[in-house]
Amino acid sequence: MSSSVESLVNREYKHGFVTDIESDSVPPGLNEDVIRLISEKKGEPEWLLEWRLRAYKAWLKMEEPHAWANITYPPIDYQDIVYYSAPKTVKPLGSLDELDPKLRETYDKLGIPLNEQKLLAGVAVDAIFDSVSVGTSYKEHLGELGIIFCSFSEAVREHPALVQKYLGSVVPISDNFYASLNSAVFTDGSFVYVPKGVHCPMDLSTYFRINQAGTGQFERTLIVADEGATVSYLEGCTAPARDENQLHAAVVELVALEGATIKYSTVQNWYAGDEEGVGGIYNFVTKRGKCAGARSKISWTQVETGSAITWKYPSVILQGDDSVGEFYSVAVANGRQQADTGTKMIHLGRRTRSTIISKGISAGRGNNSYRGQVKVMPKAERAWNYTQCDSMLIGNRCGAHTFPYIDVQNRSSAVEHEASTTKIGEDQIFYLKQRGLNTENAISMIVNGFCKEVFKELPMEFAVEAQKLLGVSLEGSVG
Amino acid sequence: MIDQYRAVFDALPTDGVPEWLRPVRQTGLDRFMAAGFPTSRDEEWRFTPLGDMTRTPFAPAGPPRAPVSQADLEPYRFGHPEWPALVFVNGAFAPELSQTADLPEGVMATSLARALMTDPELVEPHLGKHLGADATPFAALNTAFIRDGAYVRVPAGRTLASPINLVFVTSADADGAMTHPRNLIVVEDGARLSLVESYVGLGESAASFTNTVTEVTLGQQSWLEHTRIQRESEAAYHIGFSHVHQVRESHYRSFSMSMGGRVSRHNLHTRLDAPNTEALLYGLSIGHGEQLVDNHTTIYHDKPNCRSWEVYKAILDDHSRGVFNGKVFVTPEAQQTDAKQTNRTLLLSDTARVDTKPQLEIFADDVKCTHGATVGYLDDLPHFYLRSRGIEPERATQILTYAFAAEVMDEVAVDPVRHELDQVVRTRLGIMDRI
Repeated sequence: MSSSVESLVNREYKHGFVTDIESDSVPPGLNEDVIRLISEKKGEPEWLLEWRLRAYKAWLKMEEPHAWANITYPPIDYQDIVYYSAPKTVKPLGSLDELDPKLRETYDKLGIPLNEQKLLAGVAVDAIFDSVSVGTSYKEHLGELGIIFCSFSEAVREHPALVQKYLGSVVPISDNFYASLNSAVFTDGSFVYVPKGVHCPMDLSTYFRINQAGTGQFERTLIVADEGATVSYLEGCTAPARDENQLHAAVVELVALEGATIKYSTVQNWYAGDEEGVGGIYNFVTKRGKCAGARSKISWTQVETGSAITWKYPSVILQGDDSVGEFYSVAVANGRQQADTGTKMIHLGRRTRSTIISKGISAGRGNNSYRGQVKVMPKAERAWNYTQCDSMLIGNRCGAHTFPYIDVQNRSSAVEHEASTTKIGEDQIFYLKQRGLNTENAISMIVNGFCKEVFKELPMEFAVEAQKLLGVSLEGSVG
Repeated sequence: MIDQYRAVFDALPTDGVPEWLRPVRQTGLDRFMAAGFPTSRDEEWRFTPLGDMTRTPFAPAGPPRAPVSQADLEPYRFGHPEWPALVFVNGAFAPELSQTADLPEGVMATSLARALMTDPELVEPHLGKHLGADATPFAALNTAFIRDGAYVRVPAGRTLASPINLVFVTSADADGAMTHPRNLIVVEDGARLSLVESYVGLGESAASFTNTVTEVTLGQQSWLEHTRIQRESEAAYHIGFSHVHQVRESHYRSFSMSMGGRVSRHNLHTRLDAPNTEALLYGLSIGHGEQLVDNHTTIYHDKPNCRSWEVYKAILDDHSRGVFNGKVFVTPEAQQTDAKQTNRTLLLSDTARVDTKPQLEIFADDVKCTHGATVGYLDDLPHFYLRSRGIEPERATQILTYAFAAEVMDEVAVDPVRHELDQVVRTRLGIMDRI
């Protein structure tokens, strides 16, 4: 690695501040009483409490998945986590105007427009602070179109039939260790329902913020696009810089009915820990979409720059005939970060198509693994998949791994997988420098070029943010 | 079930076994007993159901009731009759069927059991030395039962003019019998060797179990062309493990063909343990009926400036299953690595299935590593083209299937071997006339 890259200084994690706000937390620990307490605090109906308890019982019987993922971390004490923490000033159903100035300040500092009059606001935002939603913008405007966009708790109260119908329909309560844990203790999240034939006029967005120490964040997102509906959803996340590891175990379920399209974009920038790997978020997330109807489409785009450990496989079950699944990913592992991420494309319907583009960047002592599965079931005639996973290594203390599983049980399908490894070439830097760019910009340009296929899938504001973020994440990545 | 293997081990004759070999065998047994048979819970065996094999009480194979003749072997030997050959029947060396006259001075081609008696000091430095922690429980079991197999040594600077045939025959009456051939191939500095290693079942229905290990060590600037052909009976179980250790500027070229066996598995691991070494791995699997054909390859790029090139193909028909796992490890030290891996599978029926997993693990930044995998049916376009030239659809399918196989068959470097293999593949695919 060139000395010019080495000389770049490490910039601080700019979202690492803590908001000093009084919070209402339950004591650490997990048992049935804690689950009952969470359910009671949220005023939930009986069926949901039952559902949580069933998930908890399933979870007790499960083992933490240590064996297969290419990540290492000390054992997590699940009895030492606070499963519910909410800012004291949040009232249920509180309107945005009554928002605690401290919270508003926090989101302003993070650059998230909660104020509907703001210039940048072309995006409706649901803001999640620790365990609860603190406000949702543009609700009325969306309501006129019949679109439901609200916090999960509100959805349980206002639209229980919809929630009950779809909750757990894509990620069942016994799906995996972290998903079951989430099902038992999830506190809030976002709910979206787009009715038949409606094209959602603006991007919907959730911003997740972990603030309180010692807590875990367990949010649940459910997006349902009814027949012919389209929606684009964005997700962002940050957390304070702390010496302890905090657990984030979310579940996201997407349901696309006939002819519907859901586009889900994530820019994940949880605190990644310091250079020596102290602190940071454990991001153990289950994300899955179901193309339930014919000609439906689900597209995942993710830019994963943060978290000490990322364990995340946004997947698509291609059930409807002619349905389409997409996965575009950029994952960065710098410092001591570990990322084990990828996707699953399960082809069930006829002529289902999927595309996977994964870009992994490893620097410092980071380890980046692509783990993906393409499964073509016997009835998925003429299914088609194209997978490309490229790795970029910066220095020789980092690692890049690819674990693609291809399982084909139908002869009329076509599955292609390609993977390559590259580095930032001295000659590329030299060329850009002689065109008048400084080293920093040259590297940034090369890295952005490497990730271009994924960035072009992001909505505009996110793409700009993602490019900046990538620059920051890679600074100081000596090799 | 695994206890029966301890009983077999305890009953092994110890005459003629050098003192140093006993702990080696014991370690093998201990490792196997500790690990047991792999199950689908083991990542390495996830897609390879061993089924009845682990429940069958195989007994060590004895001599066949009717002796195996030269004529029986004729279809399974490659090249000219005067090529050197080592033949093993049911695991035991058959000197009367072998041909070891006229070997150049210093070249040894004999049975391992004999070499252990005549030249133990040549065998000891290599036997079992390079099989690492990555060896399968089956390889450990083989080590426990080290007794006979092929031993070939080409001393420094020697080149063998003609390839050596190693033929391992399972007789038609070997139902329920097991063999554990152990082969050691030593190619010293600057030496050159071409080897054709064949596993053959004479009966169609003998449910035998062959568990073989071949260790290869390549000296500096040595060269080995290694062709491995597995044509066991379609009721048999075949588990093979080949380990190659390469040092500076050595060249290893492998062609591995699997078409026999009810369940077959071949692990090929090669360690590029010095700069400027090269490994070329080619493979072809052909499955039909209820066969399961599994190939696992691992290439360890331990040192800088090494090159590996891998192409594995599979043609699967009927209810057959194919498994492929190709690993490439690049250590932090192994800068300037150039590794390319390709895996292609052709599914000829709606009930055939393949599980493929190309896997790269890279810890160095200045490397060129790629892999590609495809699964599918024959392309419509070439098929349409052939039909437009007046060729019947079934015939067009045959031609294209053969072409798919021929692409990798072309990589067999020894001419007579390539021609004969070509016939074998044609027969199997039902294309007897010239295309």
